[in-house]
Amino acid sequence: MASVTLETRENRRAWGFVTPALLWTVAFFVIPFLVMAAISLATRKGRDIVMTFNLDNYITFFEKAHLLKGLFVSLEITFTVTIISVILAYPLAWIIAERVPQKWQRMALIMAILPFWTSYVVRSYSWLLVLAKNGVINNALLHIGLIAEPLELASTRTATVIGFVHFFVMLLTLTIYANLVQMPPNYRRAAADLGANGFQVFWHVILPLTLPGIMVGAFLTFVLCIGDYITPQILGGNNELALPQVIMLQLGRRADFPMAATLSIILMVVVTLAYIACARWLKMERT
Amino acid sequence: MISPRFSKIASWVYLAALYGFIFLPVAVLVLFSFQDGRLPVPPFNGVTLKWYGEVFADSRLMSALGNSLMVAIGSSLVACVLGFCAAYGLARYILPASRLQRGLLVAPMTVSYLIIALGLLSTFNWLGVSLSLWTVGIGHVVINLPLCFAIIYASMGDHQKNIERAARDLGAAEWQVMTQISAPMLMPSILAAFFLSVTFSWDEFIIAFLLSRFDVTLPVEIWSMLRSGLNPKTNAVGSVVFLVSVALLLILELIVFRRTAKK
Amino acid sequence: MTAPVSIRNATKTFGDFTALDDVSLEIAVGEFIVLLGPSGCGKTTLLSLLGGFLSPTRGVIEIAGRDMGDVPPSKRPTTTMFQDYALFPHMTLRDNVAFGLKMRKVGKTERHAKAEELLDMVGLKASATKKPHELSGGQRQRVALARALAVEPDVLLLDEPLGALDLKLRRQMQDELKAIQKRVGTTFVHVTHDQEEAMAIADRIVVMNEGKIEDVGRPEDIYMRPRTLFSASFMGEVNFFPGTIDALTDDAIHIHTALGAVKLPASVMADQNATAAQKITLAIRPEHFRASTGTGPRITLGKAKVEDGAFFGTHHRAHLSPADYPDMIITAHMPQSAIIEPGAWIDLTLDPASVVILPGHPAAKVQEDAA
Repeated sequence: MASVTLETRENRRAWGFVTPALLWTVAFFVIPFLVMAAISLATRKGRDIVMTFNLDNYITFFEKAHLLKGLFVSLEITFTVTIISVILAYPLAWIIAERVPQKWQRMALIMAILPFWTSYVVRSYSWLLVLAKNGVINNALLHIGLIAEPLELASTRTATVIGFVHFFVMLLTLTIYANLVQMPPNYRRAAADLGANGFQVFWHVILPLTLPGIMVGAFLTFVLCIGDYITPQILGGNNELALPQVIMLQLGRRADFPMAATLSIILMVVVTLAYIACARWLKMERT
Repeated sequence: MISPRFSKIASWVYLAALYGFIFLPVAVLVLFSFQDGRLPVPPFNGVTLKWYGEVFADSRLMSALGNSLMVAIGSSLVACVLGFCAAYGLARYILPASRLQRGLLVAPMTVSYLIIALGLLSTFNWLGVSLSLWTVGIGHVVINLPLCFAIIYASMGDHQKNIERAARDLGAAEWQVMTQISAPMLMPSILAAFFLSVTFSWDEFIIAFLLSRFDVTLPVEIWSMLRSGLNPKTNAVGSVVFLVSVALLLILELIVFRRTAKK
Repeated sequence: MTAPVSIRNATKTFGDFTALDDVSLEIAVGEFIVLLGPSGCGKTTLLSLLGGFLSPTRGVIEIAGRDMGDVPPSKRPTTTMFQDYALFPHMTLRDNVAFGLKMRKVGKTERHAKAEELLDMVGLKASATKKPHELSGGQRQRVALARALAVEPDVLLLDEPLGALDLKLRRQMQDELKAIQKRVGTTFVHVTHDQEEAMAIADRIVVMNEGKIEDVGRPEDIYMRPRTLFSASFMGEVNFFPGTIDALTDDAIHIHTALGAVKLPASVMADQNATAAQKITLAIRPEHFRASTGTGPRITLGKAKVEDGAFFGTHHRAHLSPADYPDMIITAHMPQSAIIEPGAWIDLTLDPASVVILPGHPAAKVQEDAA
């Protein structure tokens, strides 16, 4: 029948467009993931990997305090960073969207995210310059006589959090701003017209409407933060290790590939849980 | 009630404070890249360009810079072509399980780079593939493909679908529709995807670190420089990277967004 | 170039939904056909079948005597003018219009000459190097027309091309469209839901509803002598008087409605096979209640009281309630000079030739659609 031939031919052509990308994703994302999952079930014997297919590594993870602690350190840092970043970024986005004159807004936004474009490694290093024992802050504080001895700012969790917050304030300002400006001004006028005061308008109208932007940004923050090795490694030092640092340690000094794979799977599970929690705000839509 | 005047002043103070926070490390980085001395920390001893001279004389750094550009441009091109084709197929045709396909294509976006890197490392080890810039490039396509696909797919509206129908109706074959209508029409978003992908790849560390061996990219080379501690040369190379990225951003702003805004 | 179109028993289903139900239609060479109906009536589906964007589930479509069953849009002798114009945003007007010729491997000089000739025809020659976003809606519409005609199609398909324009511009474009069609002689198949537009441009109107063709004919036939209740109500305001046939003679038909018995000439019967006791409906346009002042044959439906009235420029529009059946509201258009005062009584006098007798009684739904 005519309908079958025309429409199936179209379909076959469509597969031609989609298949290369799908194949790439399967070959270099799905299969590697499965390989890694399989290796997490293996055991390290010297420098070799023996496929034992058991859950020993996972059991070890929950038994060994220094491994489990990595996860908790990561979670604590990530939640702290996400919350502080949202709290700092929302007013910034709001001021840019509301207080800065229209024609300067784009400029203000570009300025607010400009350091985003420094190299990731260099950005953490720059914070080291600021926070180091002989760095800018200690120098300034000593100079004005507020402290007598330099503070231990670098190689602390605080340093890690500051480094992260710096990065994610920029990211969140961008997503929240985008959400604020696409909100029709009439909603606000209508609410004010119906007798809501400034705070009520914010709480009942603006906040719920910008929640999707906040959630998208917060989720991105969570994913990028919990999986990051650089920032805790450069700024946090080796006093307490975040999960990615623990993973890299398995890979490097201990050469325990199966354990590194196990920890990665656990990291992946945590991110997936976060995704499920935020899923309803993260729908991808075509405009 | 807070008086409007107070809230206005508070706004500007907050704005200034946050900008200060955002720019502090960059300002310190750039300032001490000119430090006439061995340490990039106060006091500031005066201006010299010697560290920039050292950066440009450093053959390892320069080859790492070249490698980074090569990997970034190459992997972004591949990601854009694959992403555009997939977006075209999924936005323009009815395919079985298209939701699942879209989900699969964007899935790497929700996974930490560290995990993607480890997965690829496991697989390459298992298959006996030796690590090189090629393996780094493959990894970067994996992280940039979802981005390119999502950006281009999001820009394919139904209005453009009708425009493509019109082209087909006027006798254009499928490849002509794609190359002469869809791609030029979607060029702003394709370019946006490309440049974004270049900046991501150019700056990416963990995949480049784990999947490379002898030839490395710039972030990895900078990482190894950090072992020597605080050093104005690192400031200088960091400032150069910043300038290059900002230049890329400016190009994106001028070429892509201006064009979009005009329409 | 121009060609006839033959649609035979075309059916298109989407899952359980039948968009087009066994439709047959013959379109003559160079005819301006308008497919008219409410949204969802199948008119756009039929157009898509002609253009090749959909293929029929059953049935045959022939253009110039050739079966189009397996021919993709690019190979058909048709072009489509889309509702949103679908101009290529990144190309100049000249390149837009020349695109089809480029695809047919026509040389640059030749296709540019042809494009400029067509742009000239639609009055946009001076804008050849502009891009679509620099144009107004009406201008874009003209470019879309020029582009569709540039490849000299046998059949031009127009998918509600005037839908996005404001009323005044739409009326102006209708005239232009009609004039251009006469000039190029191409067969036009035009889809719209606006009956005034249909009447203004069509050689023949095809009224569609729920996937079927309700009525086909010249605009005046469809308006004055509709063949179905739907067709009568869709083509403009109409009053329905449900009734029953009492008796039939060779030249007359006796009917009774809620307003009493009337005798009408047999020629006003839409269905010539009617029998006594059959349910029928009298369809009377509002402007036909004016016969009281004229001469010639007339019938009366009794007296009616004016409920309210409003002046519309060309006429007074009044709501009347008949003396014999006060629950009914009749809409009537009275002459400009008439004095319409609420409470006044008017004779419901008609020329019997203006009445149409349609089979069946209106369902509540039909009246809602008409409203």
